[in-house]
Amino acid sequence: MSFIEVKHIKKTFKVPIKSDGKFGALKTFFNRKYNYIKAISDISFSIKKGEIVGYIGPNGAGKSTTIKILSGILVPDSGNVVIDKMTPWIDRKKYVSKIGVVFGQRSQLWWDIPAIDSFNLLKDIYKLEDSEYQKTLNELIELLNLKDIINIPVRQLSLGNRMKCEIAASLIHRPKILFLDEPTIGLDAVSKKIVREFIKKINKQNKVTVILTTHDMADIEALAKRIILIGKGQLLYDGSLTKLKRKYDYLRKITVITKDKVKLENDCVVEQNTIDDGIEFIIDIRKIEINEFIKLISSKISISDIDIDSGNIDELIVKLYEDFKI
Amino acid sequence: MKSYITYFKLKFKTGLQYRAAALAGLSTQFFFGFVYVSIYVAFYESGSGNLPMELKELISYVWLGQSLFALVNLWYKDKEIINLIKSGNIAYELCRPQDLYLMWASKILGERLSNVALRFLPVILVAIILPSPYNLDLSITLPRLILSIITMVLATILMTVLVLLYHVICLFTLDEKGVINIFMVISDILSGMVIPVPFFPNYLQNISNILPFRYISDFPFRLYVGNITINEGLIGIMIQIIWIIILVILGKLITKKALKKAVIQGG
Repeated sequence: MSFIEVKHIKKTFKVPIKSDGKFGALKTFFNRKYNYIKAISDISFSIKKGEIVGYIGPNGAGKSTTIKILSGILVPDSGNVVIDKMTPWIDRKKYVSKIGVVFGQRSQLWWDIPAIDSFNLLKDIYKLEDSEYQKTLNELIELLNLKDIINIPVRQLSLGNRMKCEIAASLIHRPKILFLDEPTIGLDAVSKKIVREFIKKINKQNKVTVILTTHDMADIEALAKRIILIGKGQLLYDGSLTKLKRKYDYLRKITVITKDKVKLENDCVVEQNTIDDGIEFIIDIRKIEINEFIKLISSKISISDIDIDSGNIDELIVKLYEDFKI
Repeated sequence: MKSYITYFKLKFKTGLQYRAAALAGLSTQFFFGFVYVSIYVAFYESGSGNLPMELKELISYVWLGQSLFALVNLWYKDKEIINLIKSGNIAYELCRPQDLYLMWASKILGERLSNVALRFLPVILVAIILPSPYNLDLSITLPRLILSIITMVLATILMTVLVLLYHVICLFTLDEKGVINIFMVISDILSGMVIPVPFFPNYLQNISNILPFRYISDFPFRLYVGNITINEGLIGIMIQIIWIIILVILGKLITKKALKKAVIQGG
């Protein structure tokens, strides 16, 4: 049996419909009607120990709901989840001490006081030994470079520094599983890189299983070998990123800097645009190899510079979403 | 248990940081104290007699109420807890290996005690040194003093579980306005913080004697000023304990029920 086993979970939210108009509020008060929104209609998957899984899907696909069910906060309407031999919402207290959660859009640190005070509180909450706590704390401070920021009240920290503290806070009790719900949201390039490297490191060193939701495909590319794609509450794809790339990532943008003019009539060229100082081609690499294309183009015009844009993973995902009509 | 004490300490520490708020609160307390005292003095001087409290008792009652206002008034919302519920940050609270009810109880208690810590002494000191009949009367027998302190401790616990009950109801309503505001207004009036309970009409006195609200402020104050006999005091303590038990059970049940069908607001 796998470390994380999710079987046929379903979750529906009941949302009251508000009527408009003069006495709308009054009407709603006496005659409530509800919309039933299916957040998750039927999802199953299993995850092995030590894996990093990217959990992706468009807004409103049910990603956060799944994370909340997996972390024991929400109870699904039906279906079963077994993680490390426990059911999250039944063995909640015991279970949550084994997991770490980061909700990128929320904060677990106390706003008015330095992060170190929040860490000390977590030490008491998780009943950690002094020596063990000190060791983990020092490790985290070093890895995330927190030395100068943990003594500043959280409200004065930049978003990037705060996120580093948030992640540290969720790892202070050495969890076996780490749930990251959009951990890099709003971060700049440098902070993103630090966070990614760190996640990789703790996954390797401490064998922490990581489940990650994100809209930043660079996160997925940097971290997850396996992705689970959901949309409209259903599982659409579960497998390796490379395989998905082979299937969807077949367009390359080649920009040629040249003074010459040419019009290529070849079905490998999907699109051709004239730009300021050259020409931009979008080619289909299933129909022509890149070196063949370069041979072809250099035989027709003189090239002063060339730029090949390898497939953008964001576009891949857009194509994927279109394909699944989500 | 240790973690709950840490919550309490943290909240207490954070609360003490807000000195300007404490100062503003202090001036409010002085203002209302003087207004109430002046009104009652004028009222008694021109009155017909046959009033349910002696003037001396009533003035002391007012000063006790003002000095402990930050602790016992029932028009109180813990902004942080309300925000947790409204914004959905409660998700983090639920990822802790802890009892939500106890966690919130220690937070509320910590915050309220920190609020009162900065205001209690100045108000009491001023009330003591004021000339008669405007002052707080300090002459009290030892047994009465001990009993008053016990009832005050129980009153603090009762206040915590009552306020906490309003907050866990928020788990259902997802907002602190509406129902909860109405509850708060009613409890504030029935607790005797607006007009002391002995001045209520009889039927309202009977109602407030049954409900828990007056056992948070009116009862311990009247015990202290000597308006209630020691025997009545002992009965009152029993009622305080019974209400604490009832409200804890109710609060825990509501929390359990709410979390089962929890909806976490936002993403």
